[in-house]
Amino acid sequence: MDVLNFLLITASGLFFIGVYGFLTRRNLLTMLISAELMLNGAALNLVAFNRYRWPEELDGLFLAVFIVAIAAAEAALLIAIVLRLYRNTRSVDVSDITELKH
Amino acid sequence: MNLHLLILIPLLTAVTIALWGRGQRAALIATAGAVVQLGLSVLLYLTFTAYRQHHAGEAFVFEYRHVWYGPLQIAYHLGVDGISVAMVMLTAIVVLAGVLMSWEVSYMPREFHTLLTLLGAGAYGVFLSLDAFTLFFFLELAVLPKYLLIGIWGSGKKEYCARKLVLMLMLGSALVLVGLLGMYFGGPRSFSIPDIASSRLAPEVQQWVFPLLFTGFGIFTALFPFHTWVPDGHSAAPTAGSMFLAGISMKLGGYGCLRTATHLMPDAAQQYAPTIIVLGCIAILYGSLATLMQKDIKYLNAYSSISHCGFVVLGIGLLTQTALHGAVLQMVSHGLMTALFFAVIGIVYERTHTRQLREMGGLMQAMPFAVTALFLAGLCSLGLPGLSGFVAEATVFVGGWQQPDLLSRTAVVIACSSIVVTAVYILRAIGQVAMGPLRGLVSPHPVSWAERLAVLLLLGGIFLMGLWPEWLVQLIQGSGPAGALPDGLTAAPVEAF
Amino acid sequence: MAATGYALLIVLMPLAGFVVLGLAGRHHLKRSAGWLATALMSVSAAAALLLAWHYFFVQNALGRSLEPAEVFRFRWLSFSPSLYVDMGMHLDGLSVMMLVLVSTVSLLVHLYSVEYLRSEERYTSYFAFLQLFTFSMLGLVVSVNLFQIYFFWELVGVSSYLLIGFHYERPSAVSAAKKAFVVTRFADFGFLIGILIVGFSSTSFDLNTLFQTNCHVDAAREELFLGMSAITWGTLLMFMGGAGKSAMFPLHIWLPDAMEGPTPVSALIHAATMVVAGVFLVARLFPLYEVAWLTADVVTVIGLTSSLLAAIIACTQTDIKRVLAYSTMSQIGLMLFGLGLAAQGASREAGYVGSQFHLFTHGFFKALLFLAAGVVIHRVHSNEVSDMGGLRRTLPLTHLVFLIACLAISGIPPLSGFFSKETILLAAASHPFWYGLALLVSALTAFYMFRLYFLTFWNKPALPKSEPELPTASERLAYGFPLVVLAVATAVNGFIPFGLFVAPDGRPYPVHASAAAWLPPVGAALCGIAVAAWGYARASERPQELARRFGAFYSVAYRKFYIDELYAYITRRIIFGKVGRSAAWTDRQVVDGAVNQAGWLIQQWSLLMKCWQSGRLQGYAFWFFVGAGLLAVVLLLYSPN
Repeated sequence: MDVLNFLLITASGLFFIGVYGFLTRRNLLTMLISAELMLNGAALNLVAFNRYRWPEELDGLFLAVFIVAIAAAEAALLIAIVLRLYRNTRSVDVSDITELKH
Repeated sequence: MNLHLLILIPLLTAVTIALWGRGQRAALIATAGAVVQLGLSVLLYLTFTAYRQHHAGEAFVFEYRHVWYGPLQIAYHLGVDGISVAMVMLTAIVVLAGVLMSWEVSYMPREFHTLLTLLGAGAYGVFLSLDAFTLFFFLELAVLPKYLLIGIWGSGKKEYCARKLVLMLMLGSALVLVGLLGMYFGGPRSFSIPDIASSRLAPEVQQWVFPLLFTGFGIFTALFPFHTWVPDGHSAAPTAGSMFLAGISMKLGGYGCLRTATHLMPDAAQQYAPTIIVLGCIAILYGSLATLMQKDIKYLNAYSSISHCGFVVLGIGLLTQTALHGAVLQMVSHGLMTALFFAVIGIVYERTHTRQLREMGGLMQAMPFAVTALFLAGLCSLGLPGLSGFVAEATVFVGGWQQPDLLSRTAVVIACSSIVVTAVYILRAIGQVAMGPLRGLVSPHPVSWAERLAVLLLLGGIFLMGLWPEWLVQLIQGSGPAGALPDGLTAAPVEAF
Repeated sequence: MAATGYALLIVLMPLAGFVVLGLAGRHHLKRSAGWLATALMSVSAAAALLLAWHYFFVQNALGRSLEPAEVFRFRWLSFSPSLYVDMGMHLDGLSVMMLVLVSTVSLLVHLYSVEYLRSEERYTSYFAFLQLFTFSMLGLVVSVNLFQIYFFWELVGVSSYLLIGFHYERPSAVSAAKKAFVVTRFADFGFLIGILIVGFSSTSFDLNTLFQTNCHVDAAREELFLGMSAITWGTLLMFMGGAGKSAMFPLHIWLPDAMEGPTPVSALIHAATMVVAGVFLVARLFPLYEVAWLTADVVTVIGLTSSLLAAIIACTQTDIKRVLAYSTMSQIGLMLFGLGLAAQGASREAGYVGSQFHLFTHGFFKALLFLAAGVVIHRVHSNEVSDMGGLRRTLPLTHLVFLIACLAISGIPPLSGFFSKETILLAAASHPFWYGLALLVSALTAFYMFRLYFLTFWNKPALPKSEPELPTASERLAYGFPLVVLAVATAVNGFIPFGLFVAPDGRPYPVHASAAAWLPPVGAALCGIAVAAWGYARASERPQELARRFGAFYSVAYRKFYIDELYAYITRRIIFGKVGRSAAWTDRQVVDGAVNQAGWLIQQWSLLMKCWQSGRLQGYAFWFFVGAGLLAVVLLLYSPN
């Protein structure tokens, strides 16, 4: 078992922990953190592939940096949304929010 | 002749109304636009006939082509032949009459007139386009505003009717779109109608594309059994909406069948001719029999429209030069006549607040002008010589009889028999509305000058075509390949079943 | 050139009148509408007489063959290069005769109407319609093309509709007008198909071409359908149109009801001119009817059957106008009988000339009868003969002219009806059976006409002699003048050597009849008159006894052989009740039901799919991941390597 496989397993572990958290947690902030886990799992994948398959390229690293930046922006946006929701509903429990279907 | 103007002016009018048409001004601007448009269409007729005297061989004249979507070679491609000119003139007359009839609209007049003018722009676009995709685009433009027109300004079960109408027409459009794509990929990778016509699609392609296009456009022209939007849609629509719907919208279908289906796929047209003939006959006879039992005057006219549009389908199915010309004549004639019918029904409804035949009577004494117009429209509908209906129907009959086979001739006999049924229901309706003791009049205000003008305009068209049809026939007969039968289709007998 | 001028003047005058009066509406020109229309008609009638003189004596010499002439023609509608519709004016003996008849009778009826409808509110419209009718009828008789005939044929029908339904506030008038139009429309359906068949089998709708190119007629003899040739089918179907317009059995049911129209209208349209259009049609297309072997028989049989049927019904009716209507039907039947005989070929000239002669004389005396009946009705305010009686003292002039007309229609020499009916009977002389039936019709005619005459003018007096017959000067002019002119025409028309003017192919045919041939019809007529005098000259029980003698036959004839009821059953019960209702039901329930069902199905489907859209973020995410996972699996399984 080489390093690449180890990294990939770790990445998928991160990702599926994120998925599990996203699906089961009721708290919006926890779901946000789970989403970050998924993003980071994916980013780790990119970095690992870049390093062990095409070491002379830098595309994967750039993409990972890009994901980090996007994730930061996204987190800022989502926290703002969660705050608005909290102001409106006095709750950050996702099961209280069912207006999406309208 | 600059064909862009004919599309641009209605669009500009619509924009102007939307921006500045507050209150009564909306009707004023719409009327001005429609008058200009009518003038332009007459000018188009004049320049077209003058031009063609020197250039007899050209199929389409005043062509303009600009590719607006390169990858698929979709072009804004305009051009006219005699049929288009006739249809443009019809549209101009009906739209002007419809606008004049809508002077009294008081609820959101700005939006009403914007939508009505947009519908007109769509219709002009369809009649002027030589690119199948652009034609489709304009076809959609002439459908969607109807939903709002009926849903907002309609009467009765308006939401239900608007939804039904738009959904069924959208089904037609969907079939048309699939058919167009089939034609594009099965043929010369072009949407240009002259290109497709000259390259002649392969028979296998024609065989499955033709039914799609014909049914799709057929839904617009009330092809049996896809006609049930007609009664509901017409009865729920506001007066001008009904006029547009029956007068022009149903013609878009007939025109589409002629211009794309029959013109571009002559082999398939021949193959499917028996089916089309049978469907046309069913529409004619069944429509007129169903009309016999109608109690609501708008339903009555809607069902009679199904019957009359059956003549268009039949004329297209009979596939002789004369019958095709008859189909075009019937489109023009029915457009004028049915618009007149709905205009007069609108006038009468304003004063009786009912559309039930049973509740009216003796209105000849109370509103001689409107009832005389109703009577003339009725006479036109039952094919009285001297009015436009006779010219069209006689041409279809004569054209049908040119086919020597039994099916076509039986079809002509069946179609002929509808003139008797038509006489029965028209006279019954007239008898109930106009004659007998006076009943049902609620608010006897006089007919306004705008309404009078609308009625006279349509009557003028009917008389012009009925008393002196030769100019129109010459216009249509001399038209290009869509008016003439394509090569290899010179009135060959249709195989019976 | 002169002929063109006259001919155009004849047809354009009433057209101008129609346009002016029609546009004037019912309020303008109210006073002068009648006189304006009458003035236009008198120009038209004068032009017709001048044209007749010009055509018969200037263009052609009397006694020689008459050359047909065409004064005017333009292309109205072209279907294809070889098939077209021309409008124009064709002059030959037949059309000139019709022009004279229509325009003169129309003029007199116009004049009569000026006074008769004075109190009507829609006076202007009435004259507009009358002018429209006259124009259409004149256009019809000069047709150059089958479609021109059809064109004016329909216009004549619609003006008849308008005039029958003139009193539209009366429901009976409305339904009578509708009935007349629909029945004739049904007949015209046959007419139209007949035109198509004839036009196509002889490759032209043009009458000249049709007659001149006999080769096409030969081609038309090939079998078309059900063992009959194209020409037979075509002529039969066209005759159907003619029979409808001429109220022949079994399409006659509209004519008695059409008497709802004002009396002058009945005189002009439903006695003198429009109803003979069927006879005119057969005469106009005589060359075709001659070569169609079956059609001639059909025309003969239908003509004689209608004639007999109508004569029998007329004997039982009590409404003065209805009796006259049935008498019209009976006389037209005789005309068609004569034409049918002519087309069969045995007595070609006599039958043709006789029927056209009868058409001509009948036009005058029947118009006279109606106008006289109009005066009577005006006076007693009723159509029922039981309200009349003894009017010969009250209305001496009307009585005199009515008597002249009755004698003429019965065929008593030397009045005009005698000569024309005699010629028809002459044509039938070689068929003893038909001749016998025609004699019976003749006797019945005399009987019912004199029954009517005696009941109206003799019998027990219904009115005291109070005021003069025609009190005002304008009544004397408007009523008296037409009555006198028509009476004179009725008396002297018989002496016109008619065969020299109107004959098949334009070749003159002088009618010769021996005294022996005159005796039977005159005898039959005298018998009929004698029976009528015996029964009706004085009030007595004899009529009831006579009716009782005939028993059931009388009541069946009184109910007009139940033909109306049969039609009512077919149209109301079957066409409306069964076919129409089921078509409407099918459309709403089945066809539209299918559309709504489709909508309903889609709604059900969407209800089903709706639970997926819970609004819960994590539900959506779950399905998202399931989808992504499935995609991944698919990609893994089906990846290229």
